[in-house]
Amino acid sequence: MKQYLLAVHSVEGAPTRSDEDTQIAYGRVDKINNELQATGAWVFGGGLLPPDSATVVRVENGKTTMTDGPFAETKEQLGGFWVVQCADLDEALAWAEKCAEACMEPVEVRPFQG
Amino acid sequence: MELASIYRTEYGRCVATLVRLLGDINLAEEAVQDAFAAALEKWEIPPPNPGAWIVTTARNRAIDRLRRESTREARHAQALLLHQQDEPQEVGPVTDDQLRLIFTCCHPALAPDARTALTLRLLGGLEVPEIARAYLVPEATIAQRIVRAKKKIRDAGIPYRVPAAHELPDRLPPVLTVLYLMFNEGYTATTGPLIRVDLCTEAIRLARELVALMPDEPEALGLLALLLLTEARRPARLSPAGELVLLPDQERSLWNRTQIAEGHDLVRRCLRRNQPGPYQIQAAINAVHTDGAGTDWIQILALYDQLLTLMPTPVVVLNRAVAVAEVHGPAAALAELAAVELPGYHLLAATRADLLARLGRDTAAAAAYDQAIALATNETERAFLQTRRARLDPQTED
Repeated sequence: MKQYLLAVHSVEGAPTRSDEDTQIAYGRVDKINNELQATGAWVFGGGLLPPDSATVVRVENGKTTMTDGPFAETKEQLGGFWVVQCADLDEALAWAEKCAEACMEPVEVRPFQG
Repeated sequence: MELASIYRTEYGRCVATLVRLLGDINLAEEAVQDAFAAALEKWEIPPPNPGAWIVTTARNRAIDRLRRESTREARHAQALLLHQQDEPQEVGPVTDDQLRLIFTCCHPALAPDARTALTLRLLGGLEVPEIARAYLVPEATIAQRIVRAKKKIRDAGIPYRVPAAHELPDRLPPVLTVLYLMFNEGYTATTGPLIRVDLCTEAIRLARELVALMPDEPEALGLLALLLLTEARRPARLSPAGELVLLPDQERSLWNRTQIAEGHDLVRRCLRRNQPGPYQIQAAINAVHTDGAGTDWIQILALYDQLLTLMPTPVVVLNRAVAVAEVHGPAAALAELAAVELPGYHLLAATRADLLARLGRDTAAAAAYDQAIALATNETERAFLQTRRARLDPQTED
């Protein structure tokens, strides 16, 4: 079994989703979460609050600094993620396809070390 | 040298089997290369079944080597290997192992360039310098693509398996594309000599294996038909002086009749199946081109109409326009091309030039030929375009 990170990326500044679409997405995601748990592929998952809520901590030369906002100053931001365990990449990709469709956003699949 | 030719034909097959036995491409390649080194020493004449000898030797050497190593990967591979000890060793004409390997090499998670390089290396048995020469890309670049691809397969856990039936609609096209690109590169090389026979031969060989392994996949049959029907015309493609000869001017007696017959037969099989697809239609178009003395352009145009619904791409519009010119005249064809944009594609400018010349619009034709000449990267094609341009009289009023 390998573990994979399925990271959902949102694009900042993209038109905000309607409440209706958001509810649809939540519903789909719920369904996927149930399937993941039922098949034993679920390890962990969740949606993140927007990048504004983030804080970056750096330790350099023994000195700690904290900055408001996300690390990456890019338009693409992490919206949420799953950690799944699968036999191989094809299984992880199959889950990622469902997730990308549910969230209506691209999903990056990255294997864990080990 | 005989061993070299055995290496070429058996390498892919043997590596494929060892990948199944060892679960790792690098280990599989090392094992097979080890075995060929042993063959070089031990064979006075090759055994009746060289592939089986190689696989057995490779397996035994791999077991020995793994026993000596203590890494986790080695232990895992050893376990896999010993577990499969009792399986019958078949290195038949065509194996599921190769099919597995082709689909692995052409996995969508790998970069397209990597898929081609890996397929040529592992299944085609081509060495890195040969692949580099074929694509006119530095050896280091090819080597790196292959190394990265193998690493991605290992790190991301790309499995070695033939996709299930329900996955094939997504997984088969990249394989067909790799083989098509391989052939195309061989048939109209980007630079250097116009035709690189070894790439064409390799593509056809692998396409044939794909058909043998998946005889019910109509697009696989279509691709093989397309490659055969195109390859059949190769002997007539260059004049004795090495100049490009277009289809209408080719010496048909030079065409390979066996390949044409086989191509036609495959197209008929596809038609009976009635599950049309892009490769099948392109094959059918080439079948019409190679059928009898004249060219049935009306039928070709109808086929392009069908192709356009499946593949509404600018290149198809362009190729269809050539048929439109034959059926409805050059002016109609030019109208079809008015909205087509293919920046950097010399054949668009070349086609426009030819149509304009046929309409007597030499000034505009000359400009279009100039554009095509500037864009053409292949010396033989460029020389051809220059010859055509030289026939024009640009002083003529449009």
